[in-house]
Amino acid sequence: MDALEQKQSFFDPPVQLQRNLFMLAGVESEIQTTNVMKVTCAVPARPQRTMKARQEQVSVNTSPARLLWVEHVNRIRDHKDTQAFAELFDHFAPRVKGFLIKSGADPSLAEECSQDVMAALWHKAHQFDPTRASVATWIFTIARNRKIDLLRRQRRPEPEDLTWGPEEEPDQTDVLTLQQETEILGAALAKLPPAQRELIEKAYFGDLTHSEIAAETGLPLGTIKSRIRLALERLRHAMK
Amino acid sequence: MTETIKHHLNDAVLMAYSAGTLPEAFNLMVASHLSLCDTCRAQAESFDALGGEVLEQMHEADAVALRPECLEATLALIAGGPVTTPKEEASQCAVLPKPLRDYVGGDLEAIRWKPIGMGVKQAILPTSKDASARLLFIPAGTAMPDHGHEGTEMTMVLKGAFQDEDDYFARGDVEIADSDMHHTPVADIHEDCICLAVADAPLRFDSLIPKIAQRFLRI
Repeated sequence: MDALEQKQSFFDPPVQLQRNLFMLAGVESEIQTTNVMKVTCAVPARPQRTMKARQEQVSVNTSPARLLWVEHVNRIRDHKDTQAFAELFDHFAPRVKGFLIKSGADPSLAEECSQDVMAALWHKAHQFDPTRASVATWIFTIARNRKIDLLRRQRRPEPEDLTWGPEEEPDQTDVLTLQQETEILGAALAKLPPAQRELIEKAYFGDLTHSEIAAETGLPLGTIKSRIRLALERLRHAMK
Repeated sequence: MTETIKHHLNDAVLMAYSAGTLPEAFNLMVASHLSLCDTCRAQAESFDALGGEVLEQMHEADAVALRPECLEATLALIAGGPVTTPKEEASQCAVLPKPLRDYVGGDLEAIRWKPIGMGVKQAILPTSKDASARLLFIPAGTAMPDHGHEGTEMTMVLKGAFQDEDDYFARGDVEIADSDMHHTPVADIHEDCICLAVADAPLRFDSLIPKIAQRFLRI
């Protein structure tokens, strides 16, 4: 444990961490259970780890699942790692298929389409920016765009790219913090009263029109927004 | 530049953009605004994060297993290579943000204006029929033609500025009007104004000529 704490302190922006630990207190038990699970699958030895090894060590204490998925995408990007892809596929493809069916696709189209989404994840792995999005967020956006393409037969105008892609070697503290904020958001979503939670699900599964969507979610979006804002500013700065 | 924007999109619209439930014309408005406004871009990406969590926490019963051969099929798909889309370089000096350039086929010089009276011109953009999108050119100091609409209308300034009864709108600012709002925007006297306007129901410029009144701003 000593070794872990040492690694942890390497990142330690104390205030940030304390706040996050405080905010995570309510979901501590879940996180710990996941830890046990993830420690076993996060440790298979792979050579030439520097930054990434550190990232995994930290993940043991903070948000293991999300950082592990980031690591998977990096393995696809750097090593065309089909094992990492298979694990992402097992976890996300059924969710994407479910999402598309709920959005009105018939099951066979949804299945075909979720394979497209997962293939796009492979091809776009170099565009994934873990200082701005979790892997689940990123996959959600790809799936949503496919939904608009296929089900509504419309173009989906996207905002102008800030730059050609994420930074080569993103600051690991930024990655960690954003993934933590996502964790906090997820924990808050899980704790919403069922009626409110259902409303949010309906909004994302396309059952509500935009005028029916109540934007006040009661979720801690402000914190994640400020992280994303910082990441955007850095990218804009890098572009100049 | 981005800090000068004072009139932003609201959360309901940003969430609907993230959820993918807006009509195409409104998606175009949002994408254009986000290209100019980091505040709203960060908020939109926060709503994407919420979408990611909704996906992540989907009930077991709602996630639908794929047939076992699908993983192999997807790997085969991957081996076939990516579907490449030509990557357009960002143009720093364009007036139109990229999403709009894609619809227009270029920057300002590519817009095919049609005069609608009193020097005002418009160019309707090809979007799905559930809402309309158009670019408007309003000569400096001229009032927008009075128009009625049934749903929500959003107008974003791309060049110049306009003023309505309550506020002043410059590049990147969005005015959101609903059906009971009766407003008469007037272009700033200093420069011709170009705007993107989107509406739920097609805009109708009724009895155009009588209603147009030349109005001047602050003189």
